[in-house]
Amino acid sequence: MNTKFAKTGQILLALLAFYGLSACSVEPWVKPYERDRLADPIMALDGDPVSTAYIQHVYEAREGARGGEGAAGGGCGCN
Amino acid sequence: MKLRHLFAYLAFFLALPASVLGGVLPDDRGDMLYHRYEGGGVTIDGPSVLVRKKAGKSLSFVGNYYLDMVSSASIDVITTASPYTEEREQWSLGMDYLRGNTTMSMNYVSSVESDFDASTYAFSVSEDMFGDLTTLTLSYAYGEDIVGRSDDPTFRRENTRQHYGVGLTQILTRNLITTLNFETVTDEGFLNNPYRSVRYLDPGSARGFSFEPELYPETRTSNAVGLRARYFLPYRAAIEGEYRFYTDTWEIQGHTASLTYVHPWGPFSFEGKFRYHDQTGAAFFRDIFSRSEATNFRARDKELSPLTSYTFRAKVSYEFIDPNRGWGIFKRGSLNFSLDHLFVEYHEFRDITSGPLGEEALYELKANVYQIFVSFWY
Repeated sequence: MNTKFAKTGQILLALLAFYGLSACSVEPWVKPYERDRLADPIMALDGDPVSTAYIQHVYEAREGARGGEGAAGGGCGCN
Repeated sequence: MKLRHLFAYLAFFLALPASVLGGVLPDDRGDMLYHRYEGGGVTIDGPSVLVRKKAGKSLSFVGNYYLDMVSSASIDVITTASPYTEEREQWSLGMDYLRGNTTMSMNYVSSVESDFDASTYAFSVSEDMFGDLTTLTLSYAYGEDIVGRSDDPTFRRENTRQHYGVGLTQILTRNLITTLNFETVTDEGFLNNPYRSVRYLDPGSARGFSFEPELYPETRTSNAVGLRARYFLPYRAAIEGEYRFYTDTWEIQGHTASLTYVHPWGPFSFEGKFRYHDQTGAAFFRDIFSRSEATNFRARDKELSPLTSYTFRAKVSYEFIDPNRGWGIFKRGSLNFSLDHLFVEYHEFRDITSGPLGEEALYELKANVYQIFVSFWY
């Protein structure tokens, strides 16, 4: 499992390096005036932060996993 | 049998930057939410109130108050202890600072229960790149917990927790946005529940088993990677898919996937969601141990059992302030109601009230989670 994550980490680093190196040279392929749909409230990744935080809290209380979902998260051992 | 550690993980969530796309401060808003969880003999309800306000063009402040009122007669409680009620109160204060394409966020969260106190300090940086198509976020949080026992004022144990996160949000097309999150959480200290017991075979007992306290390792490190994609459908609706892979040093491995559909209709918006989670159990979890102190570490926390959970969500929102017109100081306002039905199948954890030893059924949990909240943007 550690090997899997080491590989994931390497891929992530490679991606970050790619972004870092090419940040100055890439033309944005979606222009600001083409982002009306992405700005629609129905496209918000977290339109209701209080609600999202609460339901993440419920999942984390009822499952053994934590993090990586939505914005962030965690696990817990409560009853 | 109290709420444990939960606030600390929630604190990490609250501590992350509120704006998914850096370079823009989050909107000023206020939210008032009532939440209620009912299932498995447990009822938890209470309010959550959030207020966010900009100060000038570069600063945004946010505060949140959250309360859990717990009444528990869960399967763990009724088999080894007595039903109880308690409260958990949480405050958080945060600040976002925008400079150019960089957003820096700081957050402090405090949570207090009768037998559990915690503080979390968090910091994150988001950077916009590629003409705001890409946002990279790095986050760190440090938490300290103090664990007590309501029946022993001299009992005091400590935990520390560190969280490291890397997030990448990417606009791929004019209809598609994606996020990739990688998170590592490390815990060190007293990680088990001071009230919970494990059971072991005991021929001398009338029921054939007895109980003894849980004993967990003093460290835990988890890694999770999650990918989300949200797509704007041609008739103005949105669909989102999410997948997470999880693994930790307690040998829990999990896969979580969900699918969400959002459909606006006039001032209304309807949302349906299905979420699936499957996990293996912790290496030291047993429903019943072969004898007392059979292993170095031992747990019978059902959340550490192999399990599969399913969640079905229905949500409706109503925009009572037209965003095109506003109303006084308010730019927008919505009233929202949601119901999540949670069904959990435990693959090793048994309901010891269901029959004699050897004939006990596997435990199943059904719970309903209600939320009603009003949001204002100003």
